[in-house]
Amino acid sequence: MIILPTCKKHFLIISKGINSIPPDYFNQKTNSMSLKRNILDLRKRKDEVRKGGGDEAMEKQVAMGKLSARDRILSIVDEGSFHEYDMFVEHAGTDFDMGTKVLAGDGVVIGTGTIYGSPVCLFAQDFTVAGGSLGLSHARKITKIMDHALKMRVPLIGINDSGGARIQEGVNSLAGYGEIFFRNTLSSGVIPQISVILGPCAGGAVYSPALTDFVFVVENISKMFITGPAVIKSVLGEDISMEALGGARVHAEITGNAHFFALSEKECFEQIKTLITYIPWNNTQKAKTFPVKEPLSKYKIQNIVPADARLPYDIREIIKSITDGSEFFEIMELFAANIVIGFGRMNGETIGFVANQPKVLAGVLDCDSSDKAARFIRYCNAFNIPIITLEDMPGYLPGVDQEHAGVIRHGAKILYAYSEATVPKITVIIRKAYGGGYIAMNSRHLRADFVFAWPTAEIAVMGPEGAANIVFRKEISEAADPDAMRQQKIQEYKEKFANPYVAASKGYIDEVIEPQETRKILLHALKISASKDVQGPSKKHGLPPF
Amino acid sequence: MAEQEKTQVIIVHSAKYQTTYNKKYENRKVWIEPNHNHINSYIPGTIIDILVKEGQKVAAGQSMLVLEAMKMHNDIQMPFKGKILKVNVEKGQKIPKNFVMIEIEPAE
Repeated sequence: MIILPTCKKHFLIISKGINSIPPDYFNQKTNSMSLKRNILDLRKRKDEVRKGGGDEAMEKQVAMGKLSARDRILSIVDEGSFHEYDMFVEHAGTDFDMGTKVLAGDGVVIGTGTIYGSPVCLFAQDFTVAGGSLGLSHARKITKIMDHALKMRVPLIGINDSGGARIQEGVNSLAGYGEIFFRNTLSSGVIPQISVILGPCAGGAVYSPALTDFVFVVENISKMFITGPAVIKSVLGEDISMEALGGARVHAEITGNAHFFALSEKECFEQIKTLITYIPWNNTQKAKTFPVKEPLSKYKIQNIVPADARLPYDIREIIKSITDGSEFFEIMELFAANIVIGFGRMNGETIGFVANQPKVLAGVLDCDSSDKAARFIRYCNAFNIPIITLEDMPGYLPGVDQEHAGVIRHGAKILYAYSEATVPKITVIIRKAYGGGYIAMNSRHLRADFVFAWPTAEIAVMGPEGAANIVFRKEISEAADPDAMRQQKIQEYKEKFANPYVAASKGYIDEVIEPQETRKILLHALKISASKDVQGPSKKHGLPPF
Repeated sequence: MAEQEKTQVIIVHSAKYQTTYNKKYENRKVWIEPNHNHINSYIPGTIIDILVKEGQKVAAGQSMLVLEAMKMHNDIQMPFKGKILKVNVEKGQKIPKNFVMIEIEPAE
């Protein structure tokens, strides 16, 4: 269902002129006509800028299910908290008759505000002004607020709705993009950077969102691509719509460029506000804590997982059975759904969850899921968010497509991210922990702080079926009834190795726990690791496999 | 997400797991052994010149086609000594990636 914004009534916030100035506004001393005139003149100038590209362009914007740039910002920040800067900045173009044109605010709104009391810096491109195209002044406004966000160590939210480079301004426009990308990189891992795609974002412009931490998209509104349908058609003769090429669903499900998918701008803004509650202002702080709530009683942790390791279930039920209030804010829900990532709270504190999802592709690791998890782990590490890993996976996905897509280098990312992370990292092995996947999913060997296992855990080099076929190859092939022999050997292997006790006997597992104790034990482990302090060797930076 | 609740099977190390597929997995390309006697386009573009004829004997490294792509004239050369069996393109034709432009056979 698409919820159209109910915005028309406030899509132009025009101040009300002289009548709105109360009579006692000026005292006797200052009640000069000249000050009044100055104020009215200021209001008129601001109103003029707030009109953006004019009524007609605004109507068009709203008809597409889109809000105006300023209304978008106002929908995200706390009421009355937004302050806009650089309203009167003029564009820098002189060629192609641009000198005579006036572009309100040069097509971008910048400012500061708060979200649930937390400070944020924002910019929003205004598509109604020259298609939100990026010229020199436009870019300077954006880089100004980016510099401000970095200096003040507060999150940056960028709303993208732009036709791309302003061709009339030529190389200055390219310079503008470069300056933005550089600042995205400089701010990376210092302040949270959020990109919201609410319109076209094409060509070079896509790389600013791609460099930021979280990208939000809205169905039928967001469009992201390097080369658009027109160019593709002229070069290849392939006819594809913008939506099918780079629409919201494509990026949320296929490319993995987007982290959050919404059906309307309104839903998207709620997602942004929720995300802000889970993350800290910057890399020296922790996320705000919230009052502790017990998980809902409908989630019974001991009744979720089927006994047969080959049967699926939804790992998110396990997460919800241990988080405060059973709340779980999932990230990249549609992309590589065989691994689940997202935020929840325990003891009121934000926790990053990484969990294999048996319900999709048996929860295997593959190129996409490794990439997805690795980036999230690095995010949590950069922003002081402890990581809880829930493990139930049969290994890496077999297949030529995977091998040729580079599952080796993508798979290595997850090893790198876990090994490098110094935040508290705790693992719970629910069922299967086989082979390379066992090592990758925050094992003791990658310096997990705590590794717990349920009694149903199977920690082994591979599943009983595969192992029996290899270890007892000779016995099976020489038996009078190979199938019966195979079943017998699988059973033998299962009894001997498909349990947590072999790993526990070597100290690779700290404690085998009863499922219903999971939350209690995790809360304890988090408390113990709250003041964790480890340092790796000094280096300029590591070389993760990307 | 809950549109496909039918269970599918993934086999990892001989064990069959009941699960569901995602769109990307369903649409994955099945690998086929590449045919070395097919000269495929490695980039989409336009054929701007054809320098060989069907039946012609060609030395290794000899130019066969000019494929224009991304404003660049790409010289498509014979990979080994052999014969041109079939030319599947015409001058001016726009072709996608992996299009079989020429079929060849190695010399005896």
